[in-house]
Amino acid sequence: MSRASIAATPVDIELLRRSLQRPDCGGFCVFEGWVRETNEGRRVSGLDYEAYEQLALTEAERILDEATERFGIADARCMHRVGRLAVGDTAVWIGVVTPHRDEAFSACRYIIDQVKLRLPIWKKEHYLEGESAWVACSHGPAHEDGPHHHVTSRLE
Amino acid sequence: MTSLTVEYYAQLREQAGQGREAIDSDADSLASLYAQLKQQHGFRLDTAQLRVAVDAEFADWQQPLIEGSVVVFIPPVAGG
Repeated sequence: MSRASIAATPVDIELLRRSLQRPDCGGFCVFEGWVRETNEGRRVSGLDYEAYEQLALTEAERILDEATERFGIADARCMHRVGRLAVGDTAVWIGVVTPHRDEAFSACRYIIDQVKLRLPIWKKEHYLEGESAWVACSHGPAHEDGPHHHVTSRLE
Repeated sequence: MTSLTVEYYAQLREQAGQGREAIDSDADSLASLYAQLKQQHGFRLDTAQLRVAVDAEFADWQQPLIEGSVVVFIPPVAGG
């Protein structure tokens, strides 16, 4: 199983978990990101994720390489959904295995933070009152042309 | 003239009304290519809000156009 994946349909989480099991590792840390029912005070009915898949996979592999180098993890998975998701659906799944727990927590945190900053993935939220909006979160640490910005624009 | 393909995602795809288009451009850099397309399609994002990729690798805005390449302008991301 490749470490990074973009999935257009729900993924069997148990398969992801099992693909990481190994006898030299005693620590397994997972982060699951779910679709929440509100964002910035607005009620969300669901959302569409869209990815520039080729670059998203390359960049995710790069993030996993960095986590391996920094924290000495044994293995990891990063799965991101695309397509229409409903409240409660799993949008992202990060799993990390290490010999001991400290590195598992640190690496898992590092990976999800970098995924949010760097992967070319976009989210269009659909609101209960009927509107939709692209959510702008970040342009990542490598962006040189301006300061890092959070939710600077909501474009219809 | 350089012939290349531009792919659009998210709000740029909606504003362009298409996911990809074949372009012949005399622009001397990726930044000036975006300026041409911004005017043509009425894009509201500036290069300061975007990143750019060529053939699935992040690129520099000042880079010249490459014949036959695929260029993607990357709006602010929102994964996770």
